[in-house]
Amino acid sequence: MRLDLILRVGAKLILPFILVFAFYVQFHGDYGPGGGFQAGAIAAGGVILYALIFGIGKAKEAVPQILVERMIPTGVLLYAGTGVVGMFQGYHYLNYTGFHPDYLRAHEWGILLVELGVLITVAGTLMSLFYAFAGRGR
Amino acid sequence: MILAAKPTGDVVVRTAESLNTGLDLFILSLLLTLMAAVSVAIISNRNMFGVVILAGIYSFLMASVMMTLDAVDVAMTEAAVGAGISSIIFLATLHLTGSMEYPQPRSVGLPLFVAIVVGGALVFGTYGLPPFGAADTPMHTHTAPRFIEMSKDYLMPPNMVTAVLADFRAFDTLGEAVVVFTGGMAVLMLLRGKRKRLQGQPEDVGFDARSPVPPNAKADTTGEAS
Repeated sequence: MRLDLILRVGAKLILPFILVFAFYVQFHGDYGPGGGFQAGAIAAGGVILYALIFGIGKAKEAVPQILVERMIPTGVLLYAGTGVVGMFQGYHYLNYTGFHPDYLRAHEWGILLVELGVLITVAGTLMSLFYAFAGRGR
Repeated sequence: MILAAKPTGDVVVRTAESLNTGLDLFILSLLLTLMAAVSVAIISNRNMFGVVILAGIYSFLMASVMMTLDAVDVAMTEAAVGAGISSIIFLATLHLTGSMEYPQPRSVGLPLFVAIVVGGALVFGTYGLPPFGAADTPMHTHTAPRFIEMSKDYLMPPNMVTAVLADFRAFDTLGEAVVVFTGGMAVLMLLRGKRKRLQGQPEDVGFDARSPVPPNAKADTTGEAS
């Protein structure tokens, strides 16, 4: 598909909007629908579209496979670590009240960090699944 | 998900009456009929390439159903994962396995029996469910009002779904993240571990963007058509 002009131009037009929409879904998840899982799936979909149109090699230059595979445990660690930080501040595990003097701000921060962990795990899992399938030649 | 929040934090509870009076019922019936038709087409199609495309269509219809039910985040997930990424992964799998299903087994009696019994049990189970959209079910009267009250009292972020998922029930969501992690790791171990031992090819051989459909898949398609 590397030589197909319409697909290449179309993908180049759509890709930035896909990624921006993924981050909108992530960071606006407190107010609108969405959250880490949706954002991770959309972001992974953008990278996979790039790989389909421009080739798996180009995609691995942009988002290296080793990075993608390390994203899977990193997200879970970020999620669990957020809870541990809450514990060190004297609250229960995954209670975010200590992150900021203002109650609402503190919980917004906590939710943001936790959702970021979900995003990293989900996006990493989906992309590395795609890389694993695509990298397995016959 | 019916409690998906408006920006003001008001609770939207759709009752069966409001659903019936609107266009919603018509749209839902149309979408569900189309989904049934797509399922029949998936069952009767022997060409896996077509089945993958039909499964993508099925997922998009399901996402539209979720939109009609005001569950926008579920619809987004269904469209992105169900229709988008899993179709791509299925196509990548077809590249490895070939796109024709094995010939139909001669005896369909036992599978048909199992399918009818399980399907009948599921249909029987729906008679025990409360009416669609009813607001006085245990789901809406047990913990949901407490979460709604708490997210007002504690001034939580306006999207109550996010507040419940990532704050009140953050431990459950941690479990989900661990499930995604475990599943991803398991598939990666299956896919990558064996290959290095058996073949030892360089990493980038394989699924090339220049030929997304393998040549023999095209041959299979023409064989099906003739």
